[in-house]
Amino acid sequence: MTMLNIENLTVAVEDKTILKGLTLNVPAGEVHAIMGPNGAGKSTLGYTLAGRPNYEVSAGSATLNGEDLLEMEVHERAAAGLYLSFQYPLEIPGVPAMTFIRTALNSQRKLRGEDEMSAPEFLKEIRAIAKTLKIDADMLKRPLNVGFSGGEKKRMEVLQMALLKPKFLILDETDSGLDIDALKVVSDGVNALRAPDRGMLVITHYQRLLDHIKPDRIHILVDGKIVHSGGPELALELEAHGYDRYVNEAA
Amino acid sequence: MAAVKETIDTVQKLETYEHGFVSDIEMEYAPKGLNADIVRFISARKNEPEWMLEYRLAAFERWQSMDEPDWAKVNYQKVDYQDLYYYAAPKAKPKLNSLDEVDPELLAVYAKLGIPLKEQEVLAGVVGSPKYAVDAVFDSVSVVTTFKDELKKHGVIFCAISEAIREYPELVKQYLGTVVPVSDNYFAALNAAVFSDGSFVYVPEGVRCPMELSTYFRINAENTGQFERTLIIADKGAYVSYLEGCTAPMRDENQLHAAVVELVALEDAEIKYSTVQNWYPGDAEGKGGIYNFVTKRADCRGARSKVSWTQVETGSAVTWKYPSCILRGDDSVGEFYSIAVTNGMQQADTGTKMIHLGKNTRSRIIAKGISAGRSSSTYRGLVSAHAKASGSRNFTQCDSLLIGKTCASHTVPYVESDTASAQFEHEATTTRLSEDQLFYAQQRGLTQEEAVALLVNGFVRDVLQELPMEFAVEAQKLVAISLEGSVG
Repeated sequence: MTMLNIENLTVAVEDKTILKGLTLNVPAGEVHAIMGPNGAGKSTLGYTLAGRPNYEVSAGSATLNGEDLLEMEVHERAAAGLYLSFQYPLEIPGVPAMTFIRTALNSQRKLRGEDEMSAPEFLKEIRAIAKTLKIDADMLKRPLNVGFSGGEKKRMEVLQMALLKPKFLILDETDSGLDIDALKVVSDGVNALRAPDRGMLVITHYQRLLDHIKPDRIHILVDGKIVHSGGPELALELEAHGYDRYVNEAA
Repeated sequence: MAAVKETIDTVQKLETYEHGFVSDIEMEYAPKGLNADIVRFISARKNEPEWMLEYRLAAFERWQSMDEPDWAKVNYQKVDYQDLYYYAAPKAKPKLNSLDEVDPELLAVYAKLGIPLKEQEVLAGVVGSPKYAVDAVFDSVSVVTTFKDELKKHGVIFCAISEAIREYPELVKQYLGTVVPVSDNYFAALNAAVFSDGSFVYVPEGVRCPMELSTYFRINAENTGQFERTLIIADKGAYVSYLEGCTAPMRDENQLHAAVVELVALEDAEIKYSTVQNWYPGDAEGKGGIYNFVTKRADCRGARSKVSWTQVETGSAVTWKYPSCILRGDDSVGEFYSIAVTNGMQQADTGTKMIHLGKNTRSRIIAKGISAGRSSSTYRGLVSAHAKASGSRNFTQCDSLLIGKTCASHTVPYVESDTASAQFEHEATTTRLSEDQLFYAQQRGLTQEEAVALLVNGFVRDVLQELPMEFAVEAQKLVAISLEGSVG
C-alpha cells in the first residue's frame, strides 16, 4: 500500500513558486530516489514535507499512512514518523549530542502517548549504534555537530534516524561532503534501516549514492514536477547523458 | 490568528509565574512614609543598640542630600518614597525559640514555595542529598533560620542580621558598611537607613562551612519596600557557599527591593555566592513587578582570597545591579557568572565591576544575556587596574542571545588600566536564536518551546555549571519557564 502520497503539490517560497503540481507515491518497504538538476525543487520537497516555516503550500496534498502531513506542526510530523536527514545539519552549541537525541526521542514518545526510554536503555542502544557507524563515544558528549566534519555530521544524522526509528525517511543530498569511506559507512547505516514497513525517499544530484543505496524506483524532478519515472537503470542513463533531455522536454 | 496566539501566550505567561500567590498573614506595619521617626521605629522594633540607630540616622540624613541616579539604561516610573511602608512583619510571638513556634501559616507559605524549613524534613529527605540551612526572610523580618545549632558546633554563625546586631555587635560593627559605605550610592544610603532584615554569616578561621547556606526572600505585603541587608565574613582560610532565592506575589503596582550585600574574604578565604532571582516580573504589558535595585559587593581583603558571584536573573520588572569584587589582597581572585533573562516588558541593566588593587590579582567574567518579547537587556561592566596592581589579569566574555525581533540587547564594557603589566581580554557576541536551528530541533520531535528551552540551555551551559548542583536544575527550569511563549 502507498505510504507517502503526494498529489498535485504546489509550493512557493518567498512568493516564488518552486513546486508546480508535484505528484508522487512511495509504498511501504520501497526506496525511491528523486534526481534532478540544481534548482529543480528537490530540497524544497523535503522541507515542505517536514513543515519548514515560510514554505507556502497553495495547492495539493501530502499524506503519510493516510494522515494529513500539511495539517500538522513540525514536531507532530516527526512524531508521526517523518524524518528528514538534512543536507547541512545544524550546529547546536552547548547541547551534547546525547542530550539532544534523548530529548527528541522522549518528546516524540510523549506525543505518541508512549513511556519515556530509561537512561540505561537509551545509553545501551546509542552506544551500540554509534559503534556500527564508527562514531567515537566522546563525540556523543560533545555539542551536537559543533566543529564536526561533513562526514561526522552525516553519520550523526544516520545515528539519529537509527534511534528515532521513523516510519519514513527523506535523505536530502546525504552524499554531499562525503569521501568514499564515509559514504560506505553512511550507506550501510541507511541500508540497515530498510524494512518492509518503512519507506524512503533519497534526494540526490548524482548517481554515486545510488550505487550504495539501491532504489526501487527513480523519479526525475525538473522545474517543480516529476517529468519521468523509471527503474534503477534510469540512474545509469542519467549518468551517461545528463539531465538535458528532460530539461528540454520540460521547457 | 496572531492576536489569538498573543492572547494565549499572555495567559500562559501569567500562569507560569507560579510564585505569584498572596498569603493572608496578619501583619504589623510601620506608618506609611519615610522620616527620622520611621527610622527610629524600625530600630526600636528590632531592639537595636544605640550605635545602630545612630548609624541609621546618619545614613538617612545622607540619603536626603542625594539624588536618585538615572544613568542606567532602564525606564521606570519613579518611586514615591513617601507612599511606601518601610516595615511589615508578621504578627507573631515575641521570640521564637524553636521551629515549633513558627506560625504554621508561614510554614505553609514556604512549603508552597518548596523551601524546607523543618530540619527533620530536610534530614528525612533522600539519603545522600545535600543538606542546606535556610534563613527565611518574610517581608521585613527573618522568620526562622534552620540548622543554627549544628552550624554553631563548627563555629559558624548563621542568623538574621537583626539578631547579629544584638548578639555579635563587635563583629557587625567591625564589618558593616566597610564594603558598601553609606554614601556609596542613593539606594545603599536608603538601605542603610531603613534595612529591616537579611542574613549574617561568619565563618571562623580555617573552617570549611559544613553545608550550603541559603536565604529565601519573600515579599508578601502590599505597598511595601523590602530592604534586605546581608553581611558575610569568611575569616582566614575559611570557605562558604551561599545561595539566595527570591519571589513575590503578582501585583499591579511596582514594588521596590533595594538590598545591600557585603562580602568580606580574608586571607586564603573563599566565598561562593549564588543568586536565583525570580521576583515577579510584571505582566506582559509591563504592569506591576519588582524594582530590583541592589548593591552587591565583595572585598577580597586578604591575600589569595577568592569570591565567585553566580547569578540567574529571570524575574523583576527592572533589574539594576552589579555584583562586584574589590581585589585588594595580592593574588586574590574574583569571578562573575551571570545569566540574565528578560521577556515581556522586562528591563535589566546588570553586570559587574572587578577592581584590581593588589598584585597578580585575577578576574573572570562570563555574562550571558537572553532577551525576548519587548524586553531590554544591558550588560554593563567595569574592569580596572590600579597602578599597584601589576600582573593583574582579566578575561571577560559577554554573549547575548536575541529571541524574536522586538527585543534589545546592549553591551557596555568599561576597561581602565593604570599599569602597563595588566592583561585584560574582552570578547562579546550577539546572536539571534536561529530559525534554522529551531526547525532542525523540531524536525527531530521537540515542540517549539522545548526547542527554545534546549537551545537556550545550551547557550547558558557554562554558567549553569557554576551553580551548586541542586540549584542548577532549578535554574535550568526557571530559564525555560521565563521564556515560555517567547516565540510565536
